[in-house]
Amino acid sequence: MRRFSWFNATALTLGFAFLYLPMLILIIYSFNGGRLVTVWSGFSTKWYGELFRNEAFLDAAWVTLKVAVFSSTIATVLGTMAAYVLIRGGRFLGRTLFSGMIYAPLVMPEVITGLSLLLLFIGIGLDRGILTIVLAHTTFSMCYVSVVVSSRLVTFDRSLEEAALDLGCTPFDAFRLVTLPIIAPAVISGWLLAFTLSLDDLVIASFTSGPSATTLPIKIFSAVRLGVSPEINALSTLLIAIVAVGVITASLVSKRAIIRRQRDEQAAIKAVA
Amino acid sequence: MTAPAEFSPWTDPSAKPLIRFTGVTKRFGDFTAIDNVDLDIFEKEFFALLGPSGCGKTTLMRMLAGFEMPTEGLIELDGQDIAPVPPNKRATNMMFQSYALFPHLSLRDNIAFGLHREKMPKDRIAARVDEMLKLVQLEPFASRKPHQISGGQRQRVALARCLAKAPKLLLLDEPLGALDRKLREETQFELMDIQEKTGTTFVIVTHDQEEAMTVASRVAVMDHGRLVQVATPAAIYETPNSTYVADFIGDVNIIEGKAEPGDGIMGIAWAEGQPNLTGASDLTLASGATVFMAIRPEKVRISAEKPEGAANAVAGKVLDIAYLGNISTYHVELPGGQVIKAQTANTDRIARRDFTWEDAVWLSWSATAGVVLER
Repeated sequence: MRRFSWFNATALTLGFAFLYLPMLILIIYSFNGGRLVTVWSGFSTKWYGELFRNEAFLDAAWVTLKVAVFSSTIATVLGTMAAYVLIRGGRFLGRTLFSGMIYAPLVMPEVITGLSLLLLFIGIGLDRGILTIVLAHTTFSMCYVSVVVSSRLVTFDRSLEEAALDLGCTPFDAFRLVTLPIIAPAVISGWLLAFTLSLDDLVIASFTSGPSATTLPIKIFSAVRLGVSPEINALSTLLIAIVAVGVITASLVSKRAIIRRQRDEQAAIKAVA
Repeated sequence: MTAPAEFSPWTDPSAKPLIRFTGVTKRFGDFTAIDNVDLDIFEKEFFALLGPSGCGKTTLMRMLAGFEMPTEGLIELDGQDIAPVPPNKRATNMMFQSYALFPHLSLRDNIAFGLHREKMPKDRIAARVDEMLKLVQLEPFASRKPHQISGGQRQRVALARCLAKAPKLLLLDEPLGALDRKLREETQFELMDIQEKTGTTFVIVTHDQEEAMTVASRVAVMDHGRLVQVATPAAIYETPNSTYVADFIGDVNIIEGKAEPGDGIMGIAWAEGQPNLTGASDLTLASGATVFMAIRPEKVRISAEKPEGAANAVAGKVLDIAYLGNISTYHVELPGGQVIKAQTANTDRIARRDFTWEDAVWLSWSATAGVVLER
């Protein structure tokens, strides 16, 4: 083991403090008994109670959850299909252009994505509400899914699909029975990524939401402009917990898949040797 | 007991081939992978496609499986054009070089996979899978996943999986490439055994000439997308039709010279001031045309004195000796600088060896030992 060094310890502490101190303070103050956000006046969970009695917040939370589930599911289906075609479709006209365009939304400023979607929805006369937010979130999170899935497909042994065809599968059956079960860990972590992205999106949602539907991040943002309340702290703490669980699950799922694949390869090498 | 009738449908002009290639060409862009191939493969044959990598043997096989389409020409299976039939509807099954076992399914489910696609009743599937597991001796491992068994066992699962559907034609793409030498030799005999038991027609792709010679009833030697020679292993070895085939299969000495045709005998003027070599040949060549004599090292005799009455005898000196245990190969340099290999079987212990480095020796072979080739 490397020797303990004061320099490394300090750097590590400062780095993590920089990243997590603000959140830690927020979490601590969510358990503050008093109404003043900056003055500690004893431990209490009453603001969590208050939060669950606040209809507006609960509505927004429900909308956010629905949007996240629907948009991440649609994005996973579309993103997986896009990845499959781009990796497996062979050389077709405009393939390079398409694969470039799939990644473009990753680097596109959110404001522009949001604005262009808003213009589109107004243009086709779609009333802004849950549907428009779902569509907007699907649009941008689909690229992330596609990136995750296509990086798995690149290392996928093509002869497995050919074997399935050879044994009597239609191309769709080959995908359903062989390809999909094998790339499932990547598809699941793509879904979780899309879900998390949808949960915490503020910019695109604020362009595409309407009076009938408001997501939690928008609600928090507008509430904070009127002053930070302990209720917001409690709500934010819950959000941090949800996002943390999502991210950790996603990385565990893909990590386990990698470990399992390596173990199988090791076993194969050993068996051949 | 009577000896089994010799299996050679290719010599019977009335026999109907299972597979017939007629003028098949396959191009990938500017690259011609298969160049105007005509080939018949008969039922119950164990047919080997042999050639160096990139010679088109895998492409030929993938056209049979349906993964590649011929650019020109016709491929018939049982008299029917198979071009419009997709891979999942063909009565062929393929064993992949990587085995392509489904990692998420148990061995049992891997073998049953193709049967489920046929909508076969469940009890019949179970019975067929058991039969296959028994054939490849993997019954105790039925519930394991592919990564929990050894390479040799995986090879057998892959074989069982494609045999389960009882295909008319089984395609094997370098099936033994991933196995070590000893296991490969055992498996070759297993393959032949299974082929005989099931009576399935096998087409095997390999770059290993020993493997092709061991398992196949006929071998097609390929080069640059063309079939150079199609014949039985013995015919390929003893009467190659070109120096390419002679050189590709086994070890060979090739001596270039000018033809001096006689009656049923070809004289070959191969070096200034040396008597002509002679070989039995019915080639009709103009006097002075370039010819090659291909002679296998084991057919060259090595002796200290000039042998009496040998059709061909040349003098030289021992340049090198390769001792391989069962045989020794002597590299003998002729006066013109050409090196000829001669092999002797080591029937006695090494203690008494007749020749050593720098010894002057005579090499000799009969008129029928060598093959006279035009190219």
